[in-house]
Amino acid sequence: MSPSTPTRRSRLLTIYAALVFAFIYLPIVILILYSFNRDGVGGFPPRHFTFEWYRQLFADGPIWDSVLNSLIVAAGSVVLSLTLGLLAALALDRANFPGKALFRRLVLLPLILPGIITGLSLLMFAVVSGVQLSLFTVFLGHGTALISVATTELFAGLQKMDRAQEEASLDLGATPWQTFWRVTLPNLKLSLIAAGLLIFTLSMDEIAVTFFLIGRDNTLPLEIWGRLRRGITPEINAVSTLIFAVSVGLIVIWYRVRTRGLGADAQELLERP
Amino acid sequence: MSFAIANPQSLDTATPAVLLEVRDVAKRFGAREVLKSISLNIAPGEFLTLLGESGSGKTTLLRLIAGFEQPTAGEIWMSGERLDALPPYKRRVNTVFQNYALFPHLSVRDNVAYGLRVKSTPASEIGGRVDHALRMVKMEEFADSRPSKLSGGQQQRVALARALVNRPQLLLLDEPLSALDANLRKQMQGELKTLQRELGITFLFVTHDQDEAMALSDRIALLRGGALEQVASGREIYAHPTTAYTAQFIGQTNLLRAEVRDGVAVCGALQWPAEGESGAAVFSLRPEAIQLASAGISIPGTVHFRAAMQQQFYSGASELLEVTCAGGQLLRVRVPAQGPLFGEHDFVFAAADAIRVQE
Repeated sequence: MSPSTPTRRSRLLTIYAALVFAFIYLPIVILILYSFNRDGVGGFPPRHFTFEWYRQLFADGPIWDSVLNSLIVAAGSVVLSLTLGLLAALALDRANFPGKALFRRLVLLPLILPGIITGLSLLMFAVVSGVQLSLFTVFLGHGTALISVATTELFAGLQKMDRAQEEASLDLGATPWQTFWRVTLPNLKLSLIAAGLLIFTLSMDEIAVTFFLIGRDNTLPLEIWGRLRRGITPEINAVSTLIFAVSVGLIVIWYRVRTRGLGADAQELLERP
Repeated sequence: MSFAIANPQSLDTATPAVLLEVRDVAKRFGAREVLKSISLNIAPGEFLTLLGESGSGKTTLLRLIAGFEQPTAGEIWMSGERLDALPPYKRRVNTVFQNYALFPHLSVRDNVAYGLRVKSTPASEIGGRVDHALRMVKMEEFADSRPSKLSGGQQQRVALARALVNRPQLLLLDEPLSALDANLRKQMQGELKTLQRELGITFLFVTHDQDEAMALSDRIALLRGGALEQVASGREIYAHPTTAYTAQFIGQTNLLRAEVRDGVAVCGALQWPAEGESGAAVFSLRPEAIQLASAGISIPGTVHFRAAMQQQFYSGASELLEVTCAGGQLLRVRVPAQGPLFGEHDFVFAAADAIRVQE
């Protein structure tokens, strides 16, 4: 093998990687840059730096209403899907019942189904049962559709757990209920945090299911989408930049919890007040 | 003993007190029969070892007593109370698990306090008992560490303290030393034995290591394929194995397939007086029961034979010889260290040392 081969190959690889990254991230960079451009989205390159669009954004009542709506829906969805997902994961991990294989696939179905199908079916369900469309139906939609995410994540956590710990707890005199609260749940803490963060982010930017179930109050993605129909304003760029920053923050936390999660250091890190 | 005098009825019940009684317990997993009608008594304060190969059912029996499994048939009683009907958390039995199963999210102190806390022991009492338990296993300076920061031997000690702090009537130990290296293992064996003697708690110990079983136990219950092969003290089981399997499993032995006729056993060129019924029989003769002899001297009750050296394995204080006698019978002989031996030699053993065993 000639000595030049590895270097040439690695240089090509670098260029290739740079192109891929450019393709993925350049649009986002441009979006962020233009949120600081005085002349709005017209003209290249962006010329005059300004915080004007952020000022307008912070003065914009409807946007912040929709942010609040999204936060409420996301928080509710986290609680609902984690609770139901935990029960489903426990059933899959521990119980043996007829139709378990089918149940397992059905629980994971919303993960594969197009959002439009989930949204449409939930809409029809709401209409048939006479429920008024509102943020509540959006919350029910997100919460149930994201059970699949919670179930997969928590099931993986349960599988990794050493079952002897639960036996040790029973052996030491703890009832099954005490064992669940004192041993099983603390062991699942990292899975719960990871799943919660993921569900929160997914709910925050969900459009397809939300579109069918929304009542009068908009969530943030629908508010943005509604405004885009009247033309792109740099205010949208500004709000998108903020969303991007928050999402990156959450994903970094989620990633750290997941990867370093099993080590004792991360556990101590998380338990520190 | 004053109790026995005060209560005349107990004079004629010669059986010693029983802490745990396993009555005809069987366990199946589906079609697989893991335990076949086991009956076993454990006396208070006893150190009893369940010894067996993997798959012999020893861990299953332990798990039945702890309450993690239910017997398919039979009953388990402890101190006059039916044990197998109780869930694990209502049994006054604690377990030291094979891989310790310490709670990773709790400190050493909280691990040890766990059993007391879940039973709502007063907080004032918990502190003292936990400290005492940690002192007992010499782990008080690690009280605030996480289990993951401890070595295997230290985790082992914490697991012991966590179980013993609850003052169980019976402590179950599931191969607790198998994860430790050889030196630490020897040391922990000593500490376990001392602890058991000092506390007077009954230990039911599971192992597949016959040396460990012999070194620690008051009695050994040897399991084979889900049934009890022999239950006796280590010395008894070594000196008088009842079956060929026991003789081979506990220590080394020579199994001699002989024909008994008119009070004489014949195995190839070897002959020795033997009692019992005539016909084919198997005898166990320990390697150290055979000695090198000088030719010509004969003492009554001993058997002399000449055999050719095949192999010699030196192991410090003693060496193991493999020799073949005239009939081609291969025998293993353990003698004090001799130096290299070649050719044919005279050997002797006492007829009483050839123990008749069941096939």
